[in-house]
Amino acid sequence: MNQMQNFTKGFIKENPVFVMLLGLCPALGVTTSAFNGLGMGLATTFVLVMSNLVVSLIKNFIPDKVRIPSFIVIIASFVTIVELVMQGFLPALFEQLGLFIPLIVVNCLVLGRAEAFASKKSLPVAIVDGLGMGLGFAFALTVLGGVREILGSGAIFDIDLMPGDFMLVFVLAPGAFIGLGYLVAISRKLNK
Amino acid sequence: MASKRESNFFNMVSTLILVTGIAALSLGGIYNITKGPIEEAKLRKQEEAIKAVLPAFERLETRMIRSAHEADSLQFNFAFDEQDHLVGVAVNSFTNKGFSGNIKVMVGLLPDGTINNTSVLEHKETPGLGDKMQQNKSDWSLQFNGVNPAAFDLRMTKDGGQIDAITAATISARAFSDAIQRAYDTFELNKGDF
Amino acid sequence: MEYIVIIIGAILVNNIVLAQFLGICPFVGVSNKISTSVGMGGAVLFVMTIATIVTWLIQMYVLRPFGIGFMQTIAYILVIASLVQMVEIILKKVSPALYQALGVFLPLITTNCAVLGVAILAVQNDFNLLESVVFALANAGGFTLAMLLFAGIREHLDLMEVPSLMRGVPIALVAAGILALAFMGFTGIV
Repeated sequence: MNQMQNFTKGFIKENPVFVMLLGLCPALGVTTSAFNGLGMGLATTFVLVMSNLVVSLIKNFIPDKVRIPSFIVIIASFVTIVELVMQGFLPALFEQLGLFIPLIVVNCLVLGRAEAFASKKSLPVAIVDGLGMGLGFAFALTVLGGVREILGSGAIFDIDLMPGDFMLVFVLAPGAFIGLGYLVAISRKLNK
Repeated sequence: MASKRESNFFNMVSTLILVTGIAALSLGGIYNITKGPIEEAKLRKQEEAIKAVLPAFERLETRMIRSAHEADSLQFNFAFDEQDHLVGVAVNSFTNKGFSGNIKVMVGLLPDGTINNTSVLEHKETPGLGDKMQQNKSDWSLQFNGVNPAAFDLRMTKDGGQIDAITAATISARAFSDAIQRAYDTFELNKGDF
Repeated sequence: MEYIVIIIGAILVNNIVLAQFLGICPFVGVSNKISTSVGMGGAVLFVMTIATIVTWLIQMYVLRPFGIGFMQTIAYILVIASLVQMVEIILKKVSPALYQALGVFLPLITTNCAVLGVAILAVQNDFNLLESVVFALANAGGFTLAMLLFAGIREHLDLMEVPSLMRGVPIALVAAGILALAFMGFTGIV
């Protein structure tokens, strides 16, 4: 597999949300609008790339039995960095994403990539993988957020497409599940 | 690939200590860098809310005053102009009667008690319904502006008051009004001390 | 009275899975059968309660006094990860029967965001220790309730004729959406 394929696999073929069904909590929780989805996706991408980078660098230094705890500490550190930086410079977005920022640490996607991929591969491969998977995750969240925003509030990226409310239920909790259900089905169709 | 380090006791303990140590140190550094901006962002949010609900002012003075309704205190931000005249008070009020959780509202009162403007700081109301109390979502809360609660009943029309509730979100509307009433009552009770 | 409010709020109004979107992975992953749902619910109940107590103590007696609140995420996740390991080891020794029932679910719990989420929420809501325990128990109850209801639905779904693209997870998610819609009826009761 060359680097290009390694990068693009995260978008459609191995999309973390639509195909692998990882990281569903933030995918459902923060996608009330396309912008929130994008913000969460990019925050996760940062953590994913940085933790893949560090894990790949020190993979030979870490004894096997304490592998997972070490990875968790590394991931948690980058999550805290995101938390602090966002709180200082993007307070409005931080308030919207709320609890789901610290919860990046338990996003199975991040630990999964560190454990299954970065701890076995060379540095450039691990970074590209993190970038591809992270952006694929961001893509999925933005699409789900966009669908919910259009159907729920009749707007996209806060630009009004139609006046007033539309199908309000899509901004609320049930709309998250239903929207994701249909998007998973559509991605199956595309991957056939 | 170079061989992995063996999983013996010393290696495991030293690795974990090293990893957590580096993590803690770097986080401490980052925390010190971001501490300033975080404080600033919080202050700015508060200041913007105060500016939005009061007429132009020169300086602020903040005091905690015991709420007229319960054993809790509200933050009063007194605003003065260049001649040190009181131009208004921004009250950091709240209500726990929200549809889903507490609502925090900044209430701007003029020295005679007239409501100048309001701004929702924090809420968890239903998007599309209860969140219409925010001014960027709808004009609903503008009907509070310019009235003096001394001569105006802040309750909903269906409760015998003079405010039209938000359609399909009466509880949120009542809660919002409750937060304003709390600010006003505390203001009235302590007016003599200002 | 306030305990009742916490319990009803956590189980019905702000159901951890259906309204707060925490613990979705196990909710979708292991809710195929009612029996596994019960097992997972039990394991979560166990770990969530202990984790909330320990993290609450750490918050109050370590992080706050030393002013290092920014270490919260890293401290909590380490506590939870080691707690899960410890519970596994102790359970194996003390109660092999219980270990048989819960054992396979324990490793999955480290990355169950419901546990970390509840621990953080308990502190954010300024609960005292007893309230935190009640909060954790109620949320574990809410998690189990959602899992059980959902497992019941999925056992029926397996027997239905579903268009091939929707089979499995997609139709399950739509069903979860309808379940969430039903739970929305509880909003505003506390």
